[in-house]
Amino acid sequence: MSLTRRQLLQGSGALVVLLPPWTHVLGQAPPPVPGAVDLKQVDSWLSIHADNTATLRMGFAELGQGATTALLMVAAEELDLSMEQISAAPLDTAHSPAQGGTYSSASVQRGRPQVAAAAAEARAALLALAAQRLGVPTAQLQVVGGVVQVVDAPQRSVTYGQLIGDQQFKLVVSGTAPLKQREHYKLLGTAVPRADLADRVTGAKRFIQQTRLPSMVHGRVVRPAGQAAYGAGAVVQNIDESTIAGIGDARMLRRGDFVAVVATREWDAIKAARALRVTWAPSAGLPDTDALHAAIRRDTTTDNVQLNQGDVDAAFAAAPAHQTVRFAAQCPYQAHAPFAPNCALADVRADSALVICASQDIQNARRGIAPLIGLKPEQIRVQFAEGAGTYGHSSYDDVAQAAAVMSQMVGKPVRVQFSRADEQGWDTYGPPHVGEVRLCADAQGVITGYQYDGWQHNWSLIDTTTQQLGVAPATEWPVSPVEGVNALVCGGQYAIAHRKLVNHRLNGLRYFKAGWLRSPLDLSFAFVSEQAVDQLAAQLGLDPVALRQRNITDARWRGVLDAATHAAKWQPRAKAVAAKGVWRSGRGVGLGTHLVSYGAAVADIDVNIKTGQVRIRHLFGAIDAGAVVNPGIVEAQITGQLVQTASRMLLEEVLIEHGRSAARDWVSYPILRMQDCPAITPVVVQRMDQRSTGAGEETMAAAAAAIANAFFDATGRRMTRYPLTPARVLAALA
Amino acid sequence: MTTLKVNGLSHTVTAAADEPLLYVLGNDLELAGPRFGCGLAQCGSCSVLVDGVEMRSCVTTLAQVGTREVTTLEGLPRWHALRLGKPVGEGAAVALHPVQQALIDAAAPQCGYCMNGMAIKAAELLSHNLHPTEAQIRTALNGHLCRCGTYPRIIAAVLQAAAVLRKDKA
Ligand code: FES
Ligand code: FES
Repeated sequence: MSLTRRQLLQGSGALVVLLPPWTHVLGQAPPPVPGAVDLKQVDSWLSIHADNTATLRMGFAELGQGATTALLMVAAEELDLSMEQISAAPLDTAHSPAQGGTYSSASVQRGRPQVAAAAAEARAALLALAAQRLGVPTAQLQVVGGVVQVVDAPQRSVTYGQLIGDQQFKLVVSGTAPLKQREHYKLLGTAVPRADLADRVTGAKRFIQQTRLPSMVHGRVVRPAGQAAYGAGAVVQNIDESTIAGIGDARMLRRGDFVAVVATREWDAIKAARALRVTWAPSAGLPDTDALHAAIRRDTTTDNVQLNQGDVDAAFAAAPAHQTVRFAAQCPYQAHAPFAPNCALADVRADSALVICASQDIQNARRGIAPLIGLKPEQIRVQFAEGAGTYGHSSYDDVAQAAAVMSQMVGKPVRVQFSRADEQGWDTYGPPHVGEVRLCADAQGVITGYQYDGWQHNWSLIDTTTQQLGVAPATEWPVSPVEGVNALVCGGQYAIAHRKLVNHRLNGLRYFKAGWLRSPLDLSFAFVSEQAVDQLAAQLGLDPVALRQRNITDARWRGVLDAATHAAKWQPRAKAVAAKGVWRSGRGVGLGTHLVSYGAAVADIDVNIKTGQVRIRHLFGAIDAGAVVNPGIVEAQITGQLVQTASRMLLEEVLIEHGRSAARDWVSYPILRMQDCPAITPVVVQRMDQRSTGAGEETMAAAAAAIANAFFDATGRRMTRYPLTPARVLAALA
Repeated sequence: MTTLKVNGLSHTVTAAADEPLLYVLGNDLELAGPRFGCGLAQCGSCSVLVDGVEMRSCVTTLAQVGTREVTTLEGLPRWHALRLGKPVGEGAAVALHPVQQALIDAAAPQCGYCMNGMAIKAAELLSHNLHPTEAQIRTALNGHLCRCGTYPRIIAAVLQAAAVLRKDKA
């Protein structure tokens, strides 16, 4: 049975329920999901089996970041189980609690209290059962590896499995069950190795790209090479279907402007997708790479004063010129460019559907797919299967939508694998940015006034598949209270009496499709703001670390700065080292974070003043993320963040040619390679007395700034644009 | 019909001779070691050993492989055991290749998707150089990308694997 688009739209009342995943920004509870698992029930989270093992069900996705291990530790700690006794259930809308999307390094931040509360509730119930069974008050009981013992007579014992084995708790998470006290922790705060690593190195693990369904066919989407303006989409003018005749059993699928091919053999689908001649309607483009930022600066904007504290103008009026800094810089579009292009499988039937995908938010994926196939969200089961790390909103929802529609059209399970060009060219890019900052200080370097003006566009709500199907037009995220300039990165590290932040929002429909890319826009904010802070130090002849210390009142910012500079053995430096030879060495510092936690970094770089080549020699990065459940995993996270920041500062930029994205592959959109990888020193500032906050992206802004400031230290010039390509470096040095 | 030798077994597949090896390994043989990353010979995600030499299976056709022996990530332990003259027959406990073990011990993977290419290429390097310097490792693996930024730990793991291999040899 196949529905026409009209039937579809009528059938669903054209009611497209599009909820922006607010939770990721605001840290609020996600909106209720129809048919979803009840978060309030212990049984939603935990099962204890007869063999005295436990299964934890979580709503967060393992993205290779190790969050599963951390949350298993939290549950095992509360229950006094060993790590070998507990495992995680696969993520599935059919049984996983709807914790909200896996964004903003939230898994541990939001997940830890939820999982701890459920596990503590279970433990209290189990102890009560054991007290009955053993005939002693709970106060006389202790638990070792899921065995409840009488303290004075440990041979009198009963296991969790014997008490409840595979039965339901039927218990509400009251939130009042006592949590384990810090001094009794056995697991939390230790570097428990991830149990999920071996399968990734042996071929035992099947990523979404290696997942197969019985009797499925292989599909590819067909799109123009590289996206143009989001609002323009991709509109079909003409298709010459004869161009794929004779390629195995490949055939074309089309609904509205959505075009795809399917074939029994994957290679036939690939060949057909390449061969199919589609004439696309000309669409509005963007200014080319080097004209983009001037155009952004001239464009009409919606302006919003996010913060206006004290009297900034008066502060500047009072400050002499040499105690004032003005700085402006330009930042690029960057791509998620996951190592594997996104992939999804779908099996859509008349009144139900199974979708297997790598969405960071399976509940939201379900809501997005429903109107495309005329089903209700609760008729769609979404199972999560890991792909390669995506680092934000890459094409995982887009490809899942494509798979669902194609399966409905074919009447069979379909696997859709995006090509490298689909992924690189049709990504929801991290948006570009123009930042202008001014600051002023007293003679001692205490910053008295600060103003930041930022230009950027917002994220895109509707994926390309949905747009091409005509189900919903290109739509930006609604204005939110937190959109725009990140107050924590733009001067929020320091105690500044007079501060103003202004967001100049562009019309995103005229620009590329955009989404959150790891530490969204923070690299840009820090590149602008922290260079200005550094410039102030240079103008006043002060050491950049000393100047920052002078302006910090928060002990945690101070602590993280100390940790990074201590690891790097920072020596006070006020002036660039006298230059000799073609390679100039420099060292810089930066402070910043994302929405929570605290990050600091030091960079050592070399600049070749003849060729313009920049080599990052060493990056030191420190994070204070409160109580770090697993410092080993966070060290790995910091390492990844620093290497990725080096890549983004040196190489990554979506070039725009003839109005379209020119990113197609790893040549047109390169990332850092092993030969250019710096030495990395990760530092975890452990604060077991604080709540756990995100640690997956909170040192990138600091590292971006440290690299930029090291460039100044090496050359005496400031970069006003990144990535620091040889041509730009030579221009800055000229 | 083409016959293919993979990890010590012969397979007859219906794929045409111009089909790249990767899609046959993944779909017909259902192996999950070689992984699609670009299909353009740019990333190293799909690497296999062909007679001990690292090749990009996404652009190597069945015809080009011919009768040569293909080793995938799954077959790396066996390939290594054979080189050491250890038994690999049924019932023989075959240990991971030291580079696989070292990648696990160094907690190198984040998502781990790139680890196929890293392990295959490092195994090739170590098969002719038991004393690789850090610079040689960086050069050998430079054509293998990792988006998660795990390079420092991969370098450490390959150095560690080299030390293990030298001890095995001694
Ligand atoms: S998939 Fe073969 S090199 Fe990228
Ligand atoms: S570990 Fe994710 S791509 Fe290398």
